[in-house]
Amino acid sequence: MSPVTTSPATAAASAHAEPERRTRPFWVLAWLHLRYQFLETVRIPVAVLGNLLFPSLSMFFFVVPQRTVADDPLFATVAVAGLGLFAVCSASLFTYGLGVAEDRQLPFYPFLRSLPTGPGPQMVARVLNGGIFSLFGLLPLIVIGWLFTAATVTPGQLLAGIGTILAVSVPFVLLGMAIGHALSAKAALPVVQVILFPLAFAGGLFLPPQMFPGWLDAISQATPTRAGRDLLVQATTGAEGYALALPVLVGWTVLFAVLAVLAYRRDEGRRFR
Amino acid sequence: MSAVEVSGVTRRFGTVVALDDVSLEVGHGELVGLLGPNGAGKSTLLSLVSGQRRPDAGEVRLDGRDPRDPRARTTLGLTPQETGLPATLRVREVVDFVGGHYPDPVPTGELLDQFGLDDLGKRQTGSLSGGQKRRLAVALSLVGRPRVVLLDEPTTGLDVSGRAALWDAIRAYHASGGTVLLTSHYLEEVQALAERVVVIDHGTVLADDSLAAILRRVGVRRVQLTDGDGVRQEHLVADSDAFVRDLVTSGTRFSDLEIRGASLEEAFGQLVAHGNEGALR
Repeated sequence: MSPVTTSPATAAASAHAEPERRTRPFWVLAWLHLRYQFLETVRIPVAVLGNLLFPSLSMFFFVVPQRTVADDPLFATVAVAGLGLFAVCSASLFTYGLGVAEDRQLPFYPFLRSLPTGPGPQMVARVLNGGIFSLFGLLPLIVIGWLFTAATVTPGQLLAGIGTILAVSVPFVLLGMAIGHALSAKAALPVVQVILFPLAFAGGLFLPPQMFPGWLDAISQATPTRAGRDLLVQATTGAEGYALALPVLVGWTVLFAVLAVLAYRRDEGRRFR
Repeated sequence: MSAVEVSGVTRRFGTVVALDDVSLEVGHGELVGLLGPNGAGKSTLLSLVSGQRRPDAGEVRLDGRDPRDPRARTTLGLTPQETGLPATLRVREVVDFVGGHYPDPVPTGELLDQFGLDDLGKRQTGSLSGGQKRRLAVALSLVGRPRVVLLDEPTTGLDVSGRAALWDAIRAYHASGGTVLLTSHYLEEVQALAERVVVIDHGTVLADDSLAAILRRVGVRRVQLTDGDGVRQEHLVADSDAFVRDLVTSGTRFSDLEIRGASLEEAFGQLVAHGNEGALR
């Protein structure tokens, strides 16, 4: 082993008159966490590929072969939007529900909690990182929709659609983080599945809500998935969603944000010595 | 105002009491060794001081502030457990990342150079050897120019030269005015570094005294020998000189006599086995 040279570089801050007692600015810390979370994610290419492949394969299996849907510009666009939203919800819930729960079991995690930063920057970075990888997943989906179905959007609608889907992913990332901080990895997996599929179905991501009976439609309109879907359909096709979609989505976002922060505060890493 | 102040702290995990009404004060510039067997409550105590956990009762202060406030932690340095480094990140990236949290970090190149890691900057941490990870872990605790450093088993598993090199780095930090609280279950490590020793077991402070005073109290030796039947025996004795004298005068046949200082854990085991728990108080 090469010798550890001793130089004054690690001199204690006692040499400084009064140590600075402010953490670094919030956005500096958030950017720092975003950069390293992104690096950690792309260093495991399979995880990135999974995100890219899943929505594209679903498109080929479930939408492209059904010509009544694929050949109708409105239906095809709605189908692409619904699948895109499902992919983003599922990626957010799995990546954050399971990802956070797994991170918490690593010994590096308690170390991170001892650094001079609150939970905010790390959470913001996770949300943004989720958005970036959701975009990677959406790109092939959009290309397939364009080449193999009659789905059609104007460039303005496309941009509005991407913006909407990223905004809609926020509550699901927050819900994922709440689950990840509250549960162990083994418990997080089934909980995410139990939450995701009913939400996706009730939200009309698999079947159009026009086919729902009245009572189911009423429940559907209270779900974050339905609110997100209708906002997305409105952005990409111009078809008006229900009036309460935005308030419902904002309400769920606030609730999930509170749950995520509470779960983080309660969490003290691994619960054994 | 002390660097670290723990008063009347109790912490439970379910029904297990990890710390039972513990009080401890560490002044600025002190180098305190926290000794105790595995599960004694050392790591729990450090996790309270670093704000990772909240005490069930009592108060913890770091430079006069609650360590759960991120601002209090701007002057704190801590070693991650070596097994916990993010395996896919490169050495330089981990140092940049951790240093990025502090207002005035040591430049990454300088720190790596100081810890003999400059050739490894581009390696992913997952590919480092145990000794290299240890060095990186201790380097990370110093990247923010902390006033207080918590070192949890800093040299466990290192070879002799690796250990000596890290000890030098810790001494240099302390000589520059830094406060160090380090845990170890190696008596030798605490002996080499600490001026003051706090012994804890079963969540309570058994002794808190100068190094010399503590060493006298745990001066247990381990004597190993092979007896006439070829059976390897082990004895933990308070006075190895007297033991050997008796052994020789008794005329018993033996070979391969070996005497060394018992680790604190062995000393504890011995004391508890003899129903002698009060001996350390």
